[in-house]
Amino acid sequence: MREVFTLALEDLLPDPAEVLAARGLPDEARYRELVEAARSEIEALAEPRGVQEELTREEFAEVYRGDGGNDTETPLDEIVPRADRLALFAVTLGGEVSEKVSARFGNRDLAAGWMLDAVASLAADAAAHRAAVNFSAYGRREGAPSLAVLPYSPGYCGWAVSGQRRLFAKLRPEEVGITLGPSCVMQPLKSVSGVLVAGPPEVHGFDNEFDFCSSCSTRECEERIARLGRNA
Amino acid sequence: MSTLKEIAACLERGEDQRVHELTAEAVAAGLAATEILDDGLLAGMAVVGERFRKHEVFLPDVLLAARAMYAGLDLLEPLLKAEQAPRRGKVVLGTVRGDQHDIGKNLVGIMLEGAGYEVIDLGIDVTPEAFVDAAEKEGAAVIGLSALLTTTMGVMGEVTGLLRERGLEGQVRTLIGGAPVTADFARQIGADAFGYDAGDSVIQVQALMEETAC
Repeated sequence: MREVFTLALEDLLPDPAEVLAARGLPDEARYRELVEAARSEIEALAEPRGVQEELTREEFAEVYRGDGGNDTETPLDEIVPRADRLALFAVTLGGEVSEKVSARFGNRDLAAGWMLDAVASLAADAAAHRAAVNFSAYGRREGAPSLAVLPYSPGYCGWAVSGQRRLFAKLRPEEVGITLGPSCVMQPLKSVSGVLVAGPPEVHGFDNEFDFCSSCSTRECEERIARLGRNA
Repeated sequence: MSTLKEIAACLERGEDQRVHELTAEAVAAGLAATEILDDGLLAGMAVVGERFRKHEVFLPDVLLAARAMYAGLDLLEPLLKAEQAPRRGKVVLGTVRGDQHDIGKNLVGIMLEGAGYEVIDLGIDVTPEAFVDAAEKEGAAVIGLSALLTTTMGVMGEVTGLLRERGLEGQVRTLIGGAPVTADFARQIGADAFGYDAGDSVIQVQALMEETAC
């Protein structure tokens, strides 16, 4: 299965309250106005789209090996063998949003630029989540049982950023306008790539006591896994 | 209220147009650009920075104040160059190779400029060689390194290693920051300081500059 898709912006744009909470801001009118302005700009500029392609565990092992830069032990080493299905994915909001963020900072419109970046980052994460929802729905259409799907990306949880090279070689997300620079930074910047792992919710559980976990300030994995449990 | 105090007060409120007008008035009145900068713009930013550190205001308020600061600073820049006024020091800043996250780095740059430092911002995805080359070329006393990923923070160690290799350790100091970075990690890689957030980074740079001057 290889699927190129567009995403509906209304599914991606975060609520103002969510943005304010994520940025540690009180729910006051002046901050809400900044969020609303950023949402309007993204509505005018974003062209959210993506691509995903199912692959076997063996094919993914080749991608994941990358250039050997991963940590010795990673969550995906534990999770992938237990997964039912896997797909590579890449999603983007398109180039104009990132250009607008840069332009805002360049024009010294700093508060608006910062808020635009914040809202766009949340929207890009939501796009990755929508790719996961799509993959789950695809499985159901094929008659598979409902599976819990989570995205995992190079750069996080021990998967080296340089792993992007093999991911790009396999997935070819250039088809939706996402390219990779020499240091494995994606263009447009507001893009997310990785692997979608599908399986029963317990597949995604792991003890977050890897070496790199001590340096992780977000511990976002705990919330992701807990959310799966609540939705199961 | 004197013009300079009014500049500082308007800056604190993020009134960029008014700061621009008052700065122009101060220049026309014959005040030295350094005096307008120190006692007007930077005095106002210092108040905002302090209130931010005490959690009395939030980041958008700091950014609105910074915009007002730039509205005045843009008028002063050519005059400061003509006066050959010394700035407080140069900082080379960037997000390390393989990392595209620049907002934290941008905030540090804005806060440093608000504290009177000259910032050379190399952007994102910056190689260790580019950091060290820029510091040498610009005569910067500090390199500020930002990373948001556990998988890219190792590049910071490549920069401190390269400084040692080129015999610049101690001469060019390093400040590191970003979500996964800690003071322990700074010690591990031989970085000189760790900035917990943008406000703390300014304090750390001040300390490094003072040590370098001794």
